[in-house]
Amino acid sequence: MKRRDFLKTSVGGGIAAGAALKMGGFDKLWSSAPPVSKYDMVAVMGGNPDAMFDLGIQELGGMGTFVHKGQKVLIKPNIGWDVIPDLGANTNPLLVKRIIEHCFKAGAKEVYVFDHTCDNWVNCYSNSGIEKMAKAAGAKVVPGNSESYYHEIEIPGGIKLQKAKVHQLLLETDVFINVPVLKDHNSTRMTCCLKNSMGLVWDRGYWHSNNLNQCIADYALYEKKPALNVIDCYNVMVKHGPQGVSKEDVVSMKSQILTTDWVAGDAAAAKMLGVAVEKIEYIPIAHKMGLGNMNLDTLNIKRIKM
Amino acid sequence: MSSSVLRRIRIVFSTLVFIFFVLVFVDFKSIIPAKYINTLMFLQFVPSVLKFYDLKTLAAGGFLIILLLTLITGRTYCSFLCPLGIGQDLNSRIGGRIKKKFRRYGFKRPFTILRYSILAITFLITMVWGIYMITLLDPYSIFGRFMTYFVKPVFIIVNNFISGILGKFDIYTLSNVPVKGFPLIVYSIPAAFFLLIGALSLTKGRLYCNMFCPVGTFLGLISKISLFRIKFNESACTRCGRCAMRCKSSCIDFLKPHVDISRCVSCFNCIHTCQDKAISFGIVRLKKKVHETDESKRKVIVGSLLLLFGLSRVANGQNKTAPKPKKESTVKENRTCPVCPPGGGGITDFNKDCIACSLCINVCPNGVLQPAYKQYGLAGIMQPVMDYHKSFCTYNCTKCTEICPTNALHPLLLEAKKLTQLGKAKFIKDNCIVKTEKTACGACSEACPTKACHMIPYEGNLVIPEVTEDICIGCGHCEFACPASPYKAIFVDGNIVHVAAKKPENVQSEIKTPVEFPF
Repeated sequence: MKRRDFLKTSVGGGIAAGAALKMGGFDKLWSSAPPVSKYDMVAVMGGNPDAMFDLGIQELGGMGTFVHKGQKVLIKPNIGWDVIPDLGANTNPLLVKRIIEHCFKAGAKEVYVFDHTCDNWVNCYSNSGIEKMAKAAGAKVVPGNSESYYHEIEIPGGIKLQKAKVHQLLLETDVFINVPVLKDHNSTRMTCCLKNSMGLVWDRGYWHSNNLNQCIADYALYEKKPALNVIDCYNVMVKHGPQGVSKEDVVSMKSQILTTDWVAGDAAAAKMLGVAVEKIEYIPIAHKMGLGNMNLDTLNIKRIKM
Repeated sequence: MSSSVLRRIRIVFSTLVFIFFVLVFVDFKSIIPAKYINTLMFLQFVPSVLKFYDLKTLAAGGFLIILLLTLITGRTYCSFLCPLGIGQDLNSRIGGRIKKKFRRYGFKRPFTILRYSILAITFLITMVWGIYMITLLDPYSIFGRFMTYFVKPVFIIVNNFISGILGKFDIYTLSNVPVKGFPLIVYSIPAAFFLLIGALSLTKGRLYCNMFCPVGTFLGLISKISLFRIKFNESACTRCGRCAMRCKSSCIDFLKPHVDISRCVSCFNCIHTCQDKAISFGIVRLKKKVHETDESKRKVIVGSLLLLFGLSRVANGQNKTAPKPKKESTVKENRTCPVCPPGGGGITDFNKDCIACSLCINVCPNGVLQPAYKQYGLAGIMQPVMDYHKSFCTYNCTKCTEICPTNALHPLLLEAKKLTQLGKAKFIKDNCIVKTEKTACGACSEACPTKACHMIPYEGNLVIPEVTEDICIGCGHCEFACPASPYKAIFVDGNIVHVAAKKPENVQSEIKTPVEFPF
């Protein structure tokens, strides 16, 4: 009953939870051992999404670095839109499948996949190809369409966002793997690692109306951080994002970035998209809040071309 | 035939029809394909007549089959195919379980003036003004609304309960479906009919069908010359009266003995109950009509307000609380025209063909179709209207246009639907978060499938929405996504007549496939 107890504690909310967190010791519930790798980031180019992931995760010490035997894993791709994989609005289904397979190989007890979609969720899940691939790999594909799946959490230190309702899976799983797809975004200029967390929460409207960029950075304060970010840059939507209109918006980049630091991941992704990092306001904000490192020069990056 | 086989056939057949109808209307997962739904709707009398009138093709000629059937066998439609009729039979059965008295009918004088007046008025109003009386009284539509307003929410609540339990065991085959209620006022008419028909069928059998229903009355007129009908073998009949007591239509005068064929719904209960085997279903030559002068009671059913609100409360489940920005928006949306569903062609066209059966409201996977309460005026009450505060019209979908039984919504191919402009998005800059809060938002443009709503440079690093109206299709995703409150900063103003939108143009990006990492 550890899971349920944990859930109760976290949604019990309020001062009690806050106090408990301050007293510390709570982190143990979530954390896998801090990943050890010589690299802060691995970037792969030139292969298929699954093959690139095989190489990339190997350089980071294998999936076993992040997922331990018997753990429950949440994989959060972007499944926001009711479009086919070629249009690059959703994470590549092959990549999702490959990550799930690696998780199971590392001994994961259960792997879950979900997203709080923008379009009709049933259509998004099926037309993105992710539902089929994820199920084929043995993962549980979970709906995120109803408020009843979401529980309130506190974000201590958040400037605009102090509270959010997150999907129960985020609270119930041991490891969270963030699998965004790199895309242009009409308003924030880019959506990738940090912005992908908008699919973890219920009330996105609050973010939009209360300084979107600040809210995106604020959310990254929340304790349950991704153990690993896998950025899908295979088909990259370079304009008309985040939904796209047609295939003319998509450029084949055949790349992938793996990192434990989602701010660094976003900084690298911005370069791929050809946008100055400073223009994507939430990145420097998150950097200043100490949520990650956007200065790629100071990172140890492994670059692989296939 | 004089055995009870006919009755058994009727019960099995009508049960299957009824189950199918219920499934179609409570199918909140959109599992049943449109072609099966269309097959079922083909034989519904009023929808078929309207569709035939609209299309003038035999493909919509289901009502001709019903007419022929009535000419041969009398009002079998009422017992075999009418979902409201079958539902009433079911309710009568329940009534009999509650109180034996409810199942003892006996002969009653027909409400001749009332029923023919209703038929005549319905006909006249439909010819002269429009479809309102049919909307109100067509049994199929009434059934559709019962299912949509009262039954479906119960199914969803049960589904949510079960999916909640399964979720605890890590099983996600069922998913939670948010229940969204309609505006309270639209429950009034279905609730009143629900009480009226419910009470009448519980205690008086098919009285509603023989007193109010214009379809029943009309088919009753035709059945007066029908070939097959209930007949008595007078020499075998002992005048025991069992048949009259079992007659749901109260149309058997056992003393004569005589059957008022205009009210007989061919349920065959009398044949089944007759111990003398004096009743059969066969060819009869026409007899002269005997006028009755019996007094009969008039029943007045008054709808209880309490129950009315109770029923509506059931459907009024969780409602998402609107996100609140710091400042409230100030400029009221100036809507000049409601948005009618795709395939409707235009407001006037749509309003005159729709009987508010609510089937489209049920099949819409996004729940954007809502019963109108004032949008189309009083005459269009309960007809579906696009409600972009509740949801939006999903781009890759033509469901509602595929199943409309009256052709009020014409079938649209997906490519055509994607270019059908239901209305145009109007941007109200003074309500926009980007202007009022001076922070990034873009929720509207993010949601726009054609990028009719796109962002243009504003102050500093900020961008603000702009609408290119000719490629806007009025899907309402922008309005739904806009977080401004209480007034939206972008809304769709309906087109009086739907027009073709321009196809969004797109050019290949100049960004090339990289050969080196840019970092």
